[in-house]
Amino acid sequence: MEITIIQLFNGLSVSSILLLIALGLAITFGLMNVINMAHGELIMIGAYSTYLTQTIFSSYLPSSMFNAYFILAIPISFMIAFAFGLLLEGTLIRFLYGRPLDSLLATWGIALMLQQLARTIFGAPNVAVKSPAWLDGGLKLMDGVVLPYKRLFIIGLVALTLIIMFFYIYRSNAGRRMRAVMQNRDMAACLGISTRRVDAMTFAIGSGIAGIAGCALTLIGPIGPALGTYYIVDAFMVVVLGGVGKLIGTIFGALGIGLTNTMFEYWTTASLGKVLVFLCIVAFLQWRPKGLVAMKTRALD
Amino acid sequence: MKRNRPWKFAVCAVVLCVVLAGCGSGGGAGGKGTNKPASSGSSETGGDTAAPGDGDVIKVGILHSLSGTMSISEVSVKDSELMAIQEINAKGGVLGKQLVPVMEDGASDWPTFAEKARKLISENKVVTVFGGWTSASRKAMLPVFEELNGLLWYPVQYEGLEASPNIFYTGATTNQQIVPAVSWLLENRGKRFFLLGSDYVFPQTANKIIKEQLKAEGGELAGEEYTPLGHTDYSTMIAKIQKAKPDVIFNTLNGDSNVAFFKQLKDAGISASDITTLSVSVAEEEIRGIGVDVLQGHLAAWNYYQTTDTEANQAFVDHYKKAYGKDRVTADPIEAGYIAVYLWAAAVEKAGTTEVGAVKEAAKGLELDAPGGKVKIDGDNQHLYKTVRIGEVQADGQFKELWNSGEPVKPDPYLKDYAWAASLSTP
Amino acid sequence: MRERSWTAQRIYMLIGYAAAAAALFCAPLYLSDFRLNLLAKFLAFAIVALGLDLIWGYTGILSLGHGVFFGLGAYAMAMYLKLEASGDKLPDFMGWSGLANLPWFWKPFESFWFAAAAGIAIPALLALVLGFFTFRNRIKGVYFTILTQALVIITTTLFIGQQALTGGTNGLTGFTTVLGYPIGSPDTKRMLFWVTGAVLLAVYLMCRYIVGSRLGKVLRAIRDGENRARFIGYNPASYQIFVFVVSAALAGIGGMLFVLHVGIISPSMMAIVPSIEMVLWVAIGGRGTLIGAAAGAVLLNYAKSSFSESYPDAWLFFLGGLFVVVVVFLPKGAVGLLGKIKWPKRRRTGHEQQVRHSAV
Repeated sequence: MEITIIQLFNGLSVSSILLLIALGLAITFGLMNVINMAHGELIMIGAYSTYLTQTIFSSYLPSSMFNAYFILAIPISFMIAFAFGLLLEGTLIRFLYGRPLDSLLATWGIALMLQQLARTIFGAPNVAVKSPAWLDGGLKLMDGVVLPYKRLFIIGLVALTLIIMFFYIYRSNAGRRMRAVMQNRDMAACLGISTRRVDAMTFAIGSGIAGIAGCALTLIGPIGPALGTYYIVDAFMVVVLGGVGKLIGTIFGALGIGLTNTMFEYWTTASLGKVLVFLCIVAFLQWRPKGLVAMKTRALD
Repeated sequence: MKRNRPWKFAVCAVVLCVVLAGCGSGGGAGGKGTNKPASSGSSETGGDTAAPGDGDVIKVGILHSLSGTMSISEVSVKDSELMAIQEINAKGGVLGKQLVPVMEDGASDWPTFAEKARKLISENKVVTVFGGWTSASRKAMLPVFEELNGLLWYPVQYEGLEASPNIFYTGATTNQQIVPAVSWLLENRGKRFFLLGSDYVFPQTANKIIKEQLKAEGGELAGEEYTPLGHTDYSTMIAKIQKAKPDVIFNTLNGDSNVAFFKQLKDAGISASDITTLSVSVAEEEIRGIGVDVLQGHLAAWNYYQTTDTEANQAFVDHYKKAYGKDRVTADPIEAGYIAVYLWAAAVEKAGTTEVGAVKEAAKGLELDAPGGKVKIDGDNQHLYKTVRIGEVQADGQFKELWNSGEPVKPDPYLKDYAWAASLSTP
Repeated sequence: MRERSWTAQRIYMLIGYAAAAAALFCAPLYLSDFRLNLLAKFLAFAIVALGLDLIWGYTGILSLGHGVFFGLGAYAMAMYLKLEASGDKLPDFMGWSGLANLPWFWKPFESFWFAAAAGIAIPALLALVLGFFTFRNRIKGVYFTILTQALVIITTTLFIGQQALTGGTNGLTGFTTVLGYPIGSPDTKRMLFWVTGAVLLAVYLMCRYIVGSRLGKVLRAIRDGENRARFIGYNPASYQIFVFVVSAALAGIGGMLFVLHVGIISPSMMAIVPSIEMVLWVAIGGRGTLIGAAAGAVLLNYAKSSFSESYPDAWLFFLGGLFVVVVVFLPKGAVGLLGKIKWPKRRRTGHEQQVRHSAV
């Protein structure tokens, strides 16, 4: 019984982490059709921003304020990744619209360089981020069932990000422009929307969300130059499984992978579980090539 | 399409010739018997490129991953090896000649290790190589060293079951780390063991040994799990551990996975006082990346800690910090790489030559007061006699030694002296 | 288009061929054993690049899973070499992993010829199965690419996890002889070099034949407009499956030769990074030109081994930067660049458009 509850919670938690790393990708890949292999490195940038925030707090501010650093680290990570996204879009991605496979290769080159850059700046070894005291420990449901606050926090953070994104995309003028450009670029341009600016903003927001993901991941995982490589393939799987172009699909994709992964891992071994999950994804895509929630379109190509 | 072909051809022919010529000039006539120095742009820190034997320098190779995932660990070992070389040079070198390190990057890729090892021996003509970290990189280099009769000094604890005549193993083998650690845990911490490791050769072999030992010494196996390299979510694994209710987790996870595991273990409300975790791949360096707060109270088994109280160690730590910065720490493999250079130098002095056969012969029984205590080269299997130490992580990120073996333990890579291991050793 | 006369261009071409072939086959004369071994390895990579060019450059399908096919071929050969090195005993890693007997599927690999055949057939078969389902379901473009990445993850995780059967992360190494000849001796290495050169030449000619034939035109038609090709009456799926299988088989051949030269294969060689690097060779050399792909593989690997010797830290910057510049600004790679500089006018004949369409 306890194990079932814990495993359900773990499944939910893994799904929330997957969703967080895939959300940014769902925007850049799903809406803009840019395959950003450097997405993992944007996550890494978010994680290192958190590390920097922590270091600044612990060396320049009174120790009583240390516990507040993490709240500040979230927007800082977002902003830094956002800035990197803008830079990346302005210098590289804008040459690659309409060439998704080329964008994959070029951004992979960027990913390599960013990894090496992190190694040069912060050194090859991992750095440690001390999580704030108020996230230590867990919520005790019953005997033997403890839900760690960090995982609850991440679930909450994902929910919040989702809500903000929903309002931004579907309820704001900027979001309306974004959707217009993604759906019919030429028409949007004719109506006076600056497509260049919308492209840049969209990509930067996707990058910024990757930064938030990086910030959250410092709570539970390693922070090193190779951080992005651990998550990038999973993130793509989530987006593709969910169906490109629909945020709701990404949510289902993350839930699907997160829950099955946890189950398989519990029943078999971690390695076999991973293999089984990926086999399921491959099989599922054979059955529904467009993913769980497909965009309805009449276009052939 | 067709019309452009000839140009392409001409161009490609030229390109090909350039490449070949490049290869040719790069290689010199190195392999053709002449003794012309081959210096194809390797980073020879000394800047001098004379071949061994002529002139007043001796070239030694250093082959670690300076890029890729393993650079996390290997860069520090490279640093300490360079430091040892500098120290020896400052004291007048070996046989009156200065040592010149030739560095190569294994790039965390095993075939690259094999390729670079071959290059160091046959092109750069180094007399010995210090390098490697993962077992896979050692296994990849081993055939090269045996074929070309080179000499490799391998500085990391490993899973045993190997004794190549061309390799000196300055890290611990199983009976100098894992076996005594298991015995100690059985005596002091409890009988139920949960074995957790990354899914590769070292953990699997180590756990096989541990399982035999548990059977023989009255322990109990609560569970055995492996996670893929680079695995970052341990929630399910921790659920399995909670269900198994072990006294001890024997942790052979590798690299980054340790960070995720320990952070999530703490979040799940399991502290060192609930279940003891003993790690064999977490040293001072790794603690810095994991965070002391989550590791405090957990155990590790090594042959050396930065806090180890020997005269040689004080000098070693001082030098290391002076050379590379106050915030750097020393650790077992760093020490093993450092003493490897000294042991080799001593063997060369004793042999009076850098020739591999003579050096190996001279190395037999060689003793050294290493930072980690007295070590001695075992002539039969070219491993070191080393002192086993079990330590506990303290709040400052250093280890407090809880137990040591008192005297250096004779290396036994095939565990021949342990009756229960009879089924394991197939030399 | 297909004039048979001895025009000046044809003569240029033949001279180019002859010079390249001569330079290649005389390499043992002026290269040290070590450098020769490196070159041989690069030539094995060039074979993989040719296969990858067929599917990416000519058919417009980007596979990031060729590391798997390469690895399967390499493992087939390595299994043979390992068995030969072990003699009557079990391969060493099986002993450590607690196996008492040789697994059944290892047994046939005692024969060199079986191993060589399997090194081609197994990757081809896997490609056939995957391609059959994938292309018939009209999975294409990005989806296919990501699917091949999933294939990579599955295969590497399996190979690492099944240590008793595959050698785990260590892979297979410690070989002694091939067909009775010592694998490390300079004579054998020279022989292997020539074999690799000959195979590369044969593969190149085969690819040229495929590309020049009607089949090749259909492939390009599929690349430039899959649905148009379908409406004309071709079934793109069968062509795509065919080219995927050929390409996988070539990767397998490359893998087999790689093992013979390098003497080790491990799952890290089949992982995502090497798979992407293979694509990089083609991109840099020039996709859509066979000679470009082959030269790209040789050049880039040469650059990698010489550059990383001197600047291990800067190497990744260089590689990443090269990747970005080539993909974004030089879609035709080095070959395209050379053409652009020297003969700007000749290039204007509908060639440029093709490049733009080659991206899906």
